[in-house]
Amino acid sequence: MKSKWLGWGFMSPTLIILIITGLLPFLYVLYVGFFDWNIFSAESGLKFTGADNYRRLVFDSPYLMSFWITIKFTFWTVGSQLVLGFFLAQLLTQNFPGKTFFRITHALPLMIAPIAVGATWRLMVIPGFGPVPFYLDRWFDIDYRIGSFANQAFFTTVLMDIWHWTPFVTLTMLAGLTSVPKEPMEQALVDGANKFQVYRYVTIPMMMPIILTTLFIRLMDGLRIVDEVWMLTGGGPGAATRYVGIHIWRVVFPKTDYGYGSAMSLLTLYFTIVLCWLLFIAISESTRTSRSE
Amino acid sequence: MASGSFRKKLGWVGTYLVWIIATLIVLIPIYWLFIVSARSRVELFARPSFIQTSFYAENYTKPLFDPTFQRYMINSIIIATSNAILVSILALLATYALSRWKLKGDDNIFFWTITNRMAPPAAFMLPLFLIFTRVFRTEDWSLFDTHIGLILVYCVFNLPFAIWLLKGIIDGIPIELDEAAKVDGASTFVILIRIIVPLAAPGLAITAILSWVFAWNEYLFAATLTSVNARTITTGLAEFVTVTGTNWGEMAAVAMLALVPALLFLGLVQKHIVMGLTFGAVKE
Repeated sequence: MKSKWLGWGFMSPTLIILIITGLLPFLYVLYVGFFDWNIFSAESGLKFTGADNYRRLVFDSPYLMSFWITIKFTFWTVGSQLVLGFFLAQLLTQNFPGKTFFRITHALPLMIAPIAVGATWRLMVIPGFGPVPFYLDRWFDIDYRIGSFANQAFFTTVLMDIWHWTPFVTLTMLAGLTSVPKEPMEQALVDGANKFQVYRYVTIPMMMPIILTTLFIRLMDGLRIVDEVWMLTGGGPGAATRYVGIHIWRVVFPKTDYGYGSAMSLLTLYFTIVLCWLLFIAISESTRTSRSE
Repeated sequence: MASGSFRKKLGWVGTYLVWIIATLIVLIPIYWLFIVSARSRVELFARPSFIQTSFYAENYTKPLFDPTFQRYMINSIIIATSNAILVSILALLATYALSRWKLKGDDNIFFWTITNRMAPPAAFMLPLFLIFTRVFRTEDWSLFDTHIGLILVYCVFNLPFAIWLLKGIIDGIPIELDEAAKVDGASTFVILIRIIVPLAAPGLAITAILSWVFAWNEYLFAATLTSVNARTITTGLAEFVTVTGTNWGEMAAVAMLALVPALLFLGLVQKHIVMGLTFGAVKE
């Protein structure tokens, strides 16, 4: 019987660091969320307002709008990444010349700083010297200006995120596909199942834990996106790409409406945690079933 | 039979085509970044062309010989490397504890660690700033604008990720191995170093590399929690856009330079990168 104290001893450095850098700031934000606190307002200092900030939030249409476009953004990016990543990984399970080269080059975007990804894409689409607007206009007669058209800006950020993170999904999917046992699929084929049925009833269920884990990680990081979008569009035009992380940033820093910004962060965090908790339960369930079979 | 091999060949060509297109899509923006970094201001605003014959080296030499930029680069190397080492060690200890001892509430602790990565960063900057400047300080020193400050703060997103990555891998190492070693009289530390570390090596390698890359690439914390001494390369990159009236060529050159160490790592670990990423979710 091992001593429980040793286990806690192993845990403690991690817990201490996460308490200082994670839990304490969280408690502070929780506390400030119940106050009206604007450093530059006439009467600076904390003014207790109870749940007023939260009441305000429910009817704050710019916040709700930014939340909504964040969900739209995450839906399109994460959905496309999962489909594309699975497809590309599936192709990598067979042998063909140059496979290693393709795999290594594919991982490149993963290594680039989000802020540099934003800068790179801005260089691609900036009117004046970016090739994208130039050739779209020339070959397809499309007027492409992400500084003016909300839809184009939105889809450019979506494409950028797909470009940036599909490689991560491909690699995790590939890791999953290479480590699931092959026999059940071969057996199913022998038993007369067609390829689609093998996917539907054998491969996907076996891959479920890894699909859900990847979904979990991408969802979590997608909902808090700031750097690359900030660099690419600055949240504009108007509020078209002002995702919730950027929206909170604007409330907290230029407007210094700190109490309200804290409440906003907490509500967003709460939503993310609930969503991820549901996924977490699903992951535990699917891991159990895929292991017991 | 003939049609079978024909179909096989067709599939092979299709795969090839898909991967060539996917690779081109990945490479074009990076290639464009390189092109911009090789052009002078005047060349940039000519017709956008993907062909470049000249190389405007000043974009690279100017930052490379600039002491500020050199300091940013060194800071980034120190911070990312220390953070990656710290995170790997702490995550190994923590996952081992979570995996082998039935600690009270271990499932909740496990999930709680990852919630630290979910917070929208903006509102959490102020408390961190206050903790750094008011709590951890002596008369003439504070955690603000120090390497150690950023190294600790990067744990908030790297540790949870590392724990998630390693948990499944360590769970997958049969506990019988531990017990057999224990019978032979090995202490817990010996078990950890002689059995767990070698078996979890690919996972540990990928943990360290990804932590390193995430720390190297982080921007918001670095921009808020440092001022002069501990600034990193990503903040330097952003400064090109805001301060100097956007010098695109130099900014692109710095972005290319910032990519170099990450590329070296990618080359080193490309064999492990796939096997390390299963999150232990799939078992035979």
